[in-house]
Amino acid sequence: MRIRVNGTDHEVDFEEDMPLLWLLRDELGIHGPKYGCGIGQCGACTVHLDGVAVRACQVWAADVGAAEVTTIEGLGTEDAPHPVQQAWIDLQVAQCGYCQPGQVMQAASLLNETPNPTDAEIDDAMSGNLCRCASYPRIRAAVRRAAGQEGA
Amino acid sequence: MHPIVKPAFAPRPTRRGFLAGTGGLILGLHLAPQARAESSAPTAPTPGAFVPNAFIRVAPDDTVTVLVKHIEIGQGANTGLPLLVAEEMDADWSQMRAEQAPSNPQLYANAAFGIQGTGGSTGLSNSYMTMRRAGAAARAMLVSAAADLWGVPAAEITVSKGVVAHGPTGNEASFGALAEAAAKGPVPEDVALKDPADFTLIGAEGITRLDARSKSTGQAEFTIDVYRDGMQVVAMVHPPKFGATVASVDDSEALAIPGVRAVRQLPSGVAIYADDTFAAFRGRDAVVVEWDESAAETRGTDEIVETFTAAARTASLVAEEAGDADAALAGAERVIEAEYVFPYLAHAAMEPLDGVIEWDGSAAEIWSGMQIPTTSHATLAGVMGLGQEAVTINTMYTGGSFGRRATPDNHFAAELANVAMAGGPGAYKLLWTRENDMQGGYYRPLTVHRLRAGLDGAGNITGWVNQLANQSIMRGSPFEAMMQGGLDPTSYEGANDLPYELPNRRLAWAEMRSPVPVLWWRAVGHTHTAYAVETFLDEVLETGGRDPVQGRLDMMRADRPRDRAVLERVAEMAGWSGPGTGDRRYGVAMARSFGSYVAQVAEVEDRDGAPHVTRVWCAVDCGLAVTPDVVRAQMEGGIGYGLSSILGEAVTLEPGGRVAQVNFDGYTPLRLPEMPRIEVSILPSAEPPSGVGEPGLPPIGPAVANAWRALSGQAVRRLPMRPA
Repeated sequence: MRIRVNGTDHEVDFEEDMPLLWLLRDELGIHGPKYGCGIGQCGACTVHLDGVAVRACQVWAADVGAAEVTTIEGLGTEDAPHPVQQAWIDLQVAQCGYCQPGQVMQAASLLNETPNPTDAEIDDAMSGNLCRCASYPRIRAAVRRAAGQEGA
Repeated sequence: MHPIVKPAFAPRPTRRGFLAGTGGLILGLHLAPQARAESSAPTAPTPGAFVPNAFIRVAPDDTVTVLVKHIEIGQGANTGLPLLVAEEMDADWSQMRAEQAPSNPQLYANAAFGIQGTGGSTGLSNSYMTMRRAGAAARAMLVSAAADLWGVPAAEITVSKGVVAHGPTGNEASFGALAEAAAKGPVPEDVALKDPADFTLIGAEGITRLDARSKSTGQAEFTIDVYRDGMQVVAMVHPPKFGATVASVDDSEALAIPGVRAVRQLPSGVAIYADDTFAAFRGRDAVVVEWDESAAETRGTDEIVETFTAAARTASLVAEEAGDADAALAGAERVIEAEYVFPYLAHAAMEPLDGVIEWDGSAAEIWSGMQIPTTSHATLAGVMGLGQEAVTINTMYTGGSFGRRATPDNHFAAELANVAMAGGPGAYKLLWTRENDMQGGYYRPLTVHRLRAGLDGAGNITGWVNQLANQSIMRGSPFEAMMQGGLDPTSYEGANDLPYELPNRRLAWAEMRSPVPVLWWRAVGHTHTAYAVETFLDEVLETGGRDPVQGRLDMMRADRPRDRAVLERVAEMAGWSGPGTGDRRYGVAMARSFGSYVAQVAEVEDRDGAPHVTRVWCAVDCGLAVTPDVVRAQMEGGIGYGLSSILGEAVTLEPGGRVAQVNFDGYTPLRLPEMPRIEVSILPSAEPPSGVGEPGLPPIGPAVANAWRALSGQAVRRLPMRPA
């Protein structure tokens, strides 16, 4: 079966009910999406399917089909970060950093759909992504910054 | 971990010269590759590098890599320690890199513990002089090399932002250009440190964390991201009740799952070995285990609370006493009393416990996040029957810990070693599921406090008695040797040495026993003592007709000016004028912990019958703030973690002893919409740096509870405030 991740096609042989998370991590060597709960409660595994945030632990690999999978690695790089990643760097959001790939992907998805979100829309969109370091105030601020609402 | 802990099992290093004390010099003449901004796994120093001591490598490309002896769990060790070095070297921040130091207590002991370890918010404070001296020595050697090269007096040479210069001749050189010559020079016996007035990096704003870029782009490498050739993934089935053991295993269904290689019984449970995580987790669900529960904890939480409450009422092991508290209560105009129940709490760090081990029968290499690598190292070597020199530990980035990876019994290291032994030579990743993690114990101890206060006719507090009951964290661990008079200070810290004048007081503890393992959990004893003391005090002050802020100030001990200062500062920040009267109410609380002083005011409103915290003001005195933005982040994090626990976290045991919470659906940490706006003020200080990882936490619970009581009239004495 063929799966397209971060612009690259992969030919893979896998169990159809393998969660996309483990296909990405164990079979394709893409480690940005993290395991946190396995039941879609924490958001650490968030990736995009055609630009929309999904929990990779809740998507069967066989159901991805022709959709384009984007992980944190495909969003931007250390040398050329995506605007959301740049905002994360500028505001020093990350502490332990484990949940941040999921947070960044969730935020990027929000801004794809809602380029100028209200505070309530930010809170709502980010409510499914846990951060035990409680970097939440900086996540809020970084989403606003990436949306061009500096000082808002 | 508690800062006063000085384990007896590991001798402190002798006081030799600081460089000798840190293991002597590793002078090298190597050529280093282009260093990455940071790395969590160590790399060997390569040719051309100037390695003035065990902490610093200067590469020909001008990068300065600091080997960080503390685990980076989010608290900023990989930024703070390099900053101390950069300051004394007069390096440019952009040339600094961080790397996790390997396990080596001779080189990298925590000055507070005598062994290598991270805990008790000691990382920066115990490194403050060590890392500065290391940086100053490196600078001196670079200057000396330049002086020789240019034939000029060393005293005329200046260093600024990584450039070594001699003004009169116009000579200039970078660190990298001088590295080779510097490596050949003598190591200075003694070096002068900067006057803090001359600091340009320490205390400066605008310092970017060295891990900010990699952690924002998915490049930071955690233990879970380590993959070795031929590596098997191992999942565990643990006993469903604490203290139960394996009676029998039926592995037939598990072994029928494609990718499952083997099922092995280990001392800690049943291990499923598989080709990948998916197969390992499926195997975990399919294996059928019968358990021997004869030694298991079978009490439910209600029964445990009942037992602990009875014990608190009669607690008699005195931890602190002054005056005659009983006589004061007996003679009081009025006596107020209250009992508080605090549940077991899971750390629930985002990365479940994990480790990778690879061995060939004679040597083993481990990748994991261990807060006390020295003792984990000994455990791994001991279980595997290897010499410690045959075991290498690579400390990885770790997805939170909050104390969970600082287990004195090293149960996870032992399990990892047993996984390898039972599997035979090869590579294994032991990955706990969230369910393993949530139900695996090592919780913040369930605690019951009973407080009584006597008031005179004028509302003054004449007597104060605090009795509490909980399990000891130190008991049964190598730290037990530190328990003097049978007392475990981590059980009641924060209930003693209060900043208030209480001439007739007693603090007594009852030690409880249970097979449920307990552990330090961010801020340890202060997680419950601050809540009990500061909410009870609030009620007593109100009964005596006192304002929460002024009442505390009026009682403040003369020898506690730093407590007073943070309280006055936070009152000023919040524009304190009492608990308020409208839909939003205000509560205040304060606590000294891990050497730092924190006072907070919370603004709380009623949302569907439960407290919703809208704003928090936080004043902190942590001595000299080395990286102010990290201090602010740690205050925010401590507030969030503490608020999370008092609002919605509890691990409960059902009757029979099973843990009721399984995953993040039943154990419900704070989510972003519940996070308040936070304003942090760092008090200027010339005192040495003290902890910041934990001290932000203790005041938030009582501050919120005090505001909620003002709003609802209800004093919450059994936590959490909003049961799931």
